[in-house]
Amino acid sequence: MISVSSCSIASAISIPLGSLVHFNRFRGKRPLISVIQTLYSVPTVVIGLFVFLMFSRAGPLGELKLLFTPAVMIIGQVALIIPLILGLIISALSGIDKAVAETAISLGATRFQMVMLILKEAKFAVLAAIIMGFGRAFSEVGLALMVGGNIRGFTRTLTTTISLETSKGDVELSIALGIILLMIALAINITLNRLQQR
Amino acid sequence: MKKRAILGIVIAVIISLLVVASGCAATGNQAQGTAPLPPKERVQVATTTSLYDTGLWGYLEPMFEEEYDVELDILYAGTGIALEYGRRGDVDVLTVHSKAQELQYVAEGHGIERVPFAYNYFLIVGPEADPAGIKGMTPEDALKNLFESASASFISRGDGSGTHTMEKTLWSAAGYEYEEVQNAGAWYVEAGRGMGPTLLMAGEMQGYTLTDMGTFVTFKGQTALVPIVEEGSILLNVYSVIAGNPEMNSSINSEMANNMVEFLTSATIQELIGDYGVEEYGLVLFNPCAGAEPQS
Repeated sequence: MISVSSCSIASAISIPLGSLVHFNRFRGKRPLISVIQTLYSVPTVVIGLFVFLMFSRAGPLGELKLLFTPAVMIIGQVALIIPLILGLIISALSGIDKAVAETAISLGATRFQMVMLILKEAKFAVLAAIIMGFGRAFSEVGLALMVGGNIRGFTRTLTTTISLETSKGDVELSIALGIILLMIALAINITLNRLQQR
Repeated sequence: MKKRAILGIVIAVIISLLVVASGCAATGNQAQGTAPLPPKERVQVATTTSLYDTGLWGYLEPMFEEEYDVELDILYAGTGIALEYGRRGDVDVLTVHSKAQELQYVAEGHGIERVPFAYNYFLIVGPEADPAGIKGMTPEDALKNLFESASASFISRGDGSGTHTMEKTLWSAAGYEYEEVQNAGAWYVEAGRGMGPTLLMAGEMQGYTLTDMGTFVTFKGQTALVPIVEEGSILLNVYSVIAGNPEMNSSINSEMANNMVEFLTSATIQELIGDYGVEEYGLVLFNPCAGAEPQS
């Protein structure tokens, strides 16, 4: 649930932002893309530490009292996967033949219509980017442990449960949960693929 | 045809924007308190891993929740991290076990008072074969032997927890600087994990480790480790509860923190703590000691 919300939020931010970056020329575009791509591999615990310090009561956003709640886990995951989705969307858009955009403009399309057309052309790759982002949010454990605190019945996710149960030596339960986790991932991917083929 | 497709995409974008908006709204709601259910007050307690890994907190949690009609959030962490959560005001109350650190915490004004509520003993456990031949020695001599022979592994918590602090105390009682021990060689392993995982690791590596009685008994079946050294008053392990000081952090739920102190030291709960695990393991895991410092 948490990773579904964070993935939707991240995609909703990344799709317009990615188009914005792709369709505009500005100084520092290449460095910006390099930074985004570097952030693909930012360790979850680094984001976790950052979010922890921001939202701890002694931190700048401590007044919100969000630490150790599902909300802060969503915020952390959004921060974690935006670079991934954004970067992949930018490269998805770059993969579309420039002629498409030029033709659309010459046929009298407005700029907005042109952007929409390119997005539509690139929809498979955009969807793939979203699936990647979901996968990262769904599978990560470091961030969830650090800012969620693994509170039973509140901020405990499948991955943090596996971590806890393994550390308690209950390997059977962990394996079962791992299988469930894979099944859910499979179901979501099949659904998204169906959507893709339509 | 094209137009419809474009329309479709526009709608999709609008929907996704709505998702953002509702997502933000949802986070906004959560900021004010809780999940969709009728909002209940939440109380946060940070506990040392040993009280969690033994299952004691899982057993007491519903009772506290019922008595005071709150949601209790239990964060398990080593005493070092638990104290840090407390200093930052992220939790309302602590249950920890490292006297010197606790006294300092209270002296800094972060905690109201250190109230002991249970105790047991630390012990050094290891493989049955006892490769270092330290069985039955005093804790100090046992560590000296481990250091000198440098052959059998010793798995340290290495996480700044109460048990880790006790281990450092033992090394210094044995006459070693802790840094010296850390650099002594591959036999000294710093796990950096909770008590349960450290015991499992010691079991896998056939090494020795320092553990509290409660966690050891709970994990005994999975590790095949046996008690090696369990004599000596230095091994006393006292658990105490400390309510956060609202003067240091206005966000601390002082009322519930004080309720927790009262709850843990109440006669009923003290009896339940004393009986916890006795039937299952045939051993006393925790000795109740409401409010008084036990004298080994």
